[in-house]
Amino acid sequence: MRLGYSPDIKLIRVPCTGKVDLIHILHAMEKGADGVYLVGCLEGDCHFLHGNLRAKKRVQKAQEILNSIGLEGERVQMYNLSSGEGPKFVQYAREMEERIRELGPNPIKKGLSSAA
Amino acid sequence: MIVAEQKPIEEIIQEIQDDHSVLILGCNECVTVCEAGGKKEVAVLASALRMHFMQQGDQKQIEEKTLERQCDSEYLEELRAQVDRYDSVLSLACGAGVQFTAEKYPSTAIYPGVNTKFIGVTEEQGYWTERCQACGQCILAKTGGICPVSRCAKRLLNGPCGGSTQGKCEINPELDCAWQLIIDRLSSLDKLDDYEELVPIKDWSPDRAGGPRKVVREDVTS
Ligand code: SF4
Ligand code: SF4
Repeated sequence: MRLGYSPDIKLIRVPCTGKVDLIHILHAMEKGADGVYLVGCLEGDCHFLHGNLRAKKRVQKAQEILNSIGLEGERVQMYNLSSGEGPKFVQYAREMEERIRELGPNPIKKGLSSAA
Repeated sequence: MIVAEQKPIEEIIQEIQDDHSVLILGCNECVTVCEAGGKKEVAVLASALRMHFMQQGDQKQIEEKTLERQCDSEYLEELRAQVDRYDSVLSLACGAGVQFTAEKYPSTAIYPGVNTKFIGVTEEQGYWTERCQACGQCILAKTGGICPVSRCAKRLLNGPCGGSTQGKCEINPELDCAWQLIIDRLSSLDKLDDYEELVPIKDWSPDRAGGPRKVVREDVTS
């Protein structure tokens, strides 16, 4: 199965989405990522029981924080799939890419270059 | 412990708006446990604030530090060497920590980053409830270990009131009636006789009514 998605998407592997903390999402955005999305197992199917549900709440919190500071919360998303669903993985990547292309680059980069 | 809740970020932005360098100062005790102002919350808030200002082209310097406690001089001293680098310090400690930090550093603006709510407990992760209002003269011995001062909406000492319905308080059907809890507990302790005794009018002078309070222990003062 050879399905392509944007090379601009950087993949970071973690043992479980529950490992991803709020601060990791925010730091990625602060360092200039245009968006961050987590891809976890299906709800109810977490090997560590609640990891993906915790991740979902952290994503919601990150969205809330981004909205409150004037950045678009939709830049952060949570997706779920089962490990056999390669095409879905690609579909999510494309969906995310499209969303980010619509939103444009992370506004903090523009702010920084205008200050420089 | 003292339970606090982080202020809305919009309010915090207003507080530090005009400063060029700001230290976000956490506290390792109560506010860490109630997840309002520990090291983790400092990191999250600092990152969010940096992003907010960066986006506006404002190169505000926002740094992070967390002290063991902000209500003790010895830990606050750890700030001495660096405090002059900042226009202001945003403290995520309870109101006592914010004020003590301000007292120690009179020439630096100190702002609160949390709203201090109450003395309470962690019922479950992410769920904190009030248990004590520091009335200064504890009556728990007579009330089955349940505090009507903090848990009865009317602070009744001889309750319940007529609004107690099926164990719930009349101000909110989700709230247990403190007096129902007291009666249930006294009866399970076989101490309902305590309930029959009228509690005399409480002396509120050890409470806030007597002005700001202090405790002095001659045997341990230096
Ligand atoms: S009676 Fe007073 S000191 Fe005792 S728990 Fe209630 S408020 Fe606190
Ligand atoms: S219903 Fe119970 S807790 Fe509520 S005000 Fe009356 S006595 Fe107090």
